[in-house]
Amino acid sequence: MRPFAYERAATAEDALRRHAAGDGAVAYLGGGTNLVDLMRLGVAMPARLVDVARLPYDRIEHRADGGLVIGAAVRNSDLAADLGVRADHPLLSQALLSGASGQIRNQATVGGNLLQRTRCPYFQDISKACNKRDPGSGCPAIEGDHENLAILDHSPECVATHPSDMAVALAALDARVRVRQPDGEDVVPLERLYRSPGDDPSRDTTLAPGDLITGVEVPAPLRMPARYRKVRERASFAFALVSVAAALDVSGGSVRDCRIALGGVAPRPWRAHRAEDALRGRPATPGSFRAAAEAELAAADPLPGNAYKVPLAVNLVAAVLTDLAGEAS
Amino acid sequence: MPTVRADITLTVNGSLRRLTVDTRTSLLDLLREDLGLTGAKKGCDHGQCGACTVLLDGRRANACLALAVANDGADVVTVEGLADGERLSPVQEAFLEKDAYQCGYCTPGQLCSATGVLREAAHGWPSAATGDVAAEPELDDDEIRERMSGNLCRCGAYVNIVAAVREAAR
Repeated sequence: MRPFAYERAATAEDALRRHAAGDGAVAYLGGGTNLVDLMRLGVAMPARLVDVARLPYDRIEHRADGGLVIGAAVRNSDLAADLGVRADHPLLSQALLSGASGQIRNQATVGGNLLQRTRCPYFQDISKACNKRDPGSGCPAIEGDHENLAILDHSPECVATHPSDMAVALAALDARVRVRQPDGEDVVPLERLYRSPGDDPSRDTTLAPGDLITGVEVPAPLRMPARYRKVRERASFAFALVSVAAALDVSGGSVRDCRIALGGVAPRPWRAHRAEDALRGRPATPGSFRAAAEAELAAADPLPGNAYKVPLAVNLVAAVLTDLAGEAS
Repeated sequence: MPTVRADITLTVNGSLRRLTVDTRTSLLDLLREDLGLTGAKKGCDHGQCGACTVLLDGRRANACLALAVANDGADVVTVEGLADGERLSPVQEAFLEKDAYQCGYCTPGQLCSATGVLREAAHGWPSAATGDVAAEPELDDDEIRERMSGNLCRCGAYVNIVAAVREAAR
């Protein structure tokens, strides 16, 4: 690991100042569960770490309408265990608890979870080419090992997926991200935090260098049955092949409202707007659910090794919605 | 850039330790190399196996992913600190009683992780195995397996590890 200076930020403004003074090779440190590993692998090589884990963004604020303001330094385990989150936003708890291990959830922060990097094997192996890690070097995953990689929103330059479970639930919940910038604070819809790889996969997000995530806003509770379901290669402690965060409101046998987001299929948590639009007002039947899922996945452009994800995603969405319809009626 | 060093203070198994560390030093390397506490093991060094699990400010954590410098002021308990003198902790007793290990390499991490699991369960924390996350979970075998899934055992002693954690939870 390359030597680095370590500094602890006193305030958000101080963190931005320290970042700006670092001449590019600066990284913010949260829980370190991804960044420290990437530094050990030689993927990340910051000359300066600015520790933001002790900034006063360690609270979960419960608003009068049941909405949340989650500090960026809140640990994943504390958020998942929060009584109000469990009662009013169980989808968020479920997604968090399906991610990583008990140890890692105790260490990982909410901000760090959003900004964790892809687990694409080529990105994590510095002996291999990778356009995300080393722009212009190529994407061997397209011809190589891409079984776990993207089927939506990828590009000829990169087929990486975003690995977060929490972000998939937050996408379904219409969460917004608070970002401290040099000239003030911005609030960005979670969906707009991430960007498509296009011809520049090196940037995962729309944040500018030095921008600091300080929190996540979650609107008032959905008040409809919701569930996070994750398919992976082993029963626990593995990243998603495909996951779904869904919520369904049924009235008089028809879908009044729904939320659907997919994980493991794209370089971002994938909000399935097309499926949602196809479903609203339709009969709450397994046939409608499958048709809506198929409408969403019609845009999929899989590679030979991950074509299995298309029917898997369709089946998963249809199964979860069918379960939710059973609970709703 | 030359090596950067920093002064930190840690409480390790109840003793206050003042140390000067390379900023790159993981908590795991500090425990093993600087303090001679070789109970916590370096299995994968990537947070995937749990052999390095310690209790960090009372909560289980992977010491390999924790930078020592970022944990200045922390309270650390390793497997060497679980017992009260000669008296083993309930989790240690249960692992002995249920023969919950074979080669023993992952055992220190399993013991610290199980200790953390019992604390989390006592606080009513749910897991991915909890049907209704809003309810108070019962620590049954499915819950134990899920909660201990961050600790791998290549000997495959899982059946007895689950039995030991169940025993210690009683």
